[in-house]
Amino acid sequence: MDTILFLAQTEENGTLGKPAREALGAAVELNQALSGTLVAALYGAQAQPAADAIANCGALRFLAVAGEDFASARYATDAAACEALLRAAQATIIITAATSRSSRIMAGVTHRVSGCVDTHVTGIATDSGSLTLTRWFYRQRIEASLSRTQRPWILLLDPGAHAAWQGQGASGSVTPELITVPVTESMRRTTVRGTVTPPADQQTIRPDAKLLFVAGAGWTKKQKDGQTHVPEAETIIVDFLKKSKASLGSSKSLVEMSGENQSALRFMSHLNQVGQTGATPRHPKGLSTCCHGEEPHTVGWRFIGERRAINLDPNCGWARGKADVLYVADAFEVMSKVNALLGS
Amino acid sequence: MTNPYHVVVCASVVPDPLQTLEPVTGPSGPALKNEMMLPAILDPWAAHALYEGANLVKQITGSKLWLVSMAPKAKLQQVMMTVAQKVPLQLVAVDGPSSGFADAHQTAGALAAAIRSIAGIDLSRLLLFGGWESASRSAGVTLQLIGEELGIVDQFQGVDAITPQEDGSFEVLERVEGARHQKSLCAGSPAVLGWATGNLGEPRNDPQVGMANMRTIMPALQRATASAISSDGLQYTNVATPKQQRQTRIVKDLPTEDIAREIVQWIKQE
Repeated sequence: MDTILFLAQTEENGTLGKPAREALGAAVELNQALSGTLVAALYGAQAQPAADAIANCGALRFLAVAGEDFASARYATDAAACEALLRAAQATIIITAATSRSSRIMAGVTHRVSGCVDTHVTGIATDSGSLTLTRWFYRQRIEASLSRTQRPWILLLDPGAHAAWQGQGASGSVTPELITVPVTESMRRTTVRGTVTPPADQQTIRPDAKLLFVAGAGWTKKQKDGQTHVPEAETIIVDFLKKSKASLGSSKSLVEMSGENQSALRFMSHLNQVGQTGATPRHPKGLSTCCHGEEPHTVGWRFIGERRAINLDPNCGWARGKADVLYVADAFEVMSKVNALLGS
Repeated sequence: MTNPYHVVVCASVVPDPLQTLEPVTGPSGPALKNEMMLPAILDPWAAHALYEGANLVKQITGSKLWLVSMAPKAKLQQVMMTVAQKVPLQLVAVDGPSSGFADAHQTAGALAAAIRSIAGIDLSRLLLFGGWESASRSAGVTLQLIGEELGIVDQFQGVDAITPQEDGSFEVLERVEGARHQKSLCAGSPAVLGWATGNLGEPRNDPQVGMANMRTIMPALQRATASAISSDGLQYTNVATPKQQRQTRIVKDLPTEDIAREIVQWIKQE
């Protein structure tokens, strides 16, 4: 019988983030399908609030590694904590969310427990008691289902790939078994000094937005009058983001312009980049502007539902089956009108 | 700076992203149709790691740079014709599969062995660089596994900047959720850094650098040891290219006002 371990980091206030609750949803479902034993394990500065929140998830055991040494996302201490939790749980299948914190360590933990790992899992299925997962290869261009005989098997579930666990919490009904992890000086060689956040007016990436708005290099090119209009482009885009609450994405060529000292949009960085060497965000809708829709960019649109594009070229990539609607028009004119309509 | 680094960049080759990829079933599992015929490039995120590594080595006297790459020898030779012109490097070649379907654990074992065998490397000065994910397997696990094999417990992923300090320590910026960077200070080498895009553009081709590199690259390719990767308990049940063709409605000659109205209506629809 399999022992399914739900493994999660706790947030600063000791609670669980949405990706962790999604991973719990998948773990609970898998446990029912395999008739296994569910164990929940938490690590972070404090674990009790998270344990309270998932007290009714059906786990037979609750384990935790807690303390100030485990507050920060640091490889050495996080990997040691997860290794200890895996060993204590004696789990055969481990499900955790593919957050930046867990993605940094899980392969290393796998090595320590002589297991195997699969990341960016988008689907988990069972058939006659055997587990099959689905993930993408070649940057969302080929989808594969696979299974493994080796155990323990660690699965990192991509955020948004499964419904979150919706059960009710129960304050004080469970007390996690605390696992002691000795922290040596060599594990403190790295000190986390916090996070660097873009200024509020430049915070353009909104993972929960309903719309992804992609700006391509065309916004900085010469327009009908033979001149570039970069400041005007900035005003139109910022105005649209404010009114629509969309998340801003970019093509590779546009973000690289700033590195080459060309006229570029000031609020655009590599973090906005979508595609082969950028992000693959999940939004119900996507609107592309002044972007040709070439394959290296559109692989980043894999998880965008409805897609529309505005481009002057009727033969651009979007026209070749990559968008639902292509408007052959001037994005400066169209988006100015869109802003006016959204503001009215 | 008193502490020179030994920078090892792990980078494989991947099909040019403009190529159409079609999965087929080969004798040892899934593969790409005409894989050996597809034009290849250096893995894009790993290429950023190479440029950042070369820049770091240039800044700190006494530092060295190796590029450790596992790929079919012929493919590697083709890609090196371009890569060699970018930055000065010493190639360590491992002749093995570069397929996205090859197992990462065994790949990491072969690469760790290749790094250990580099003549003159000081593992206490090691900065192990690579892409935080490849454009083939896209898993982001190989570097971590190599790091563990080599006993390195200071690891960073999604790195966009490294800033060396006078005392040998260095500051690292890693991408985290919410379009933020986590800032960390590491006491010094050894460390693993899986790079995102960094901040450097692609260097221009320099034929002189290319000629100097090729003097060592060709012998390195000839010396490349063969490394077999087995599927060991991993079984693919289905490998397919998803249907992605949409029926695009192309809207021409519609007044700007009407297009804007249609877009606003679409945005507001639940």
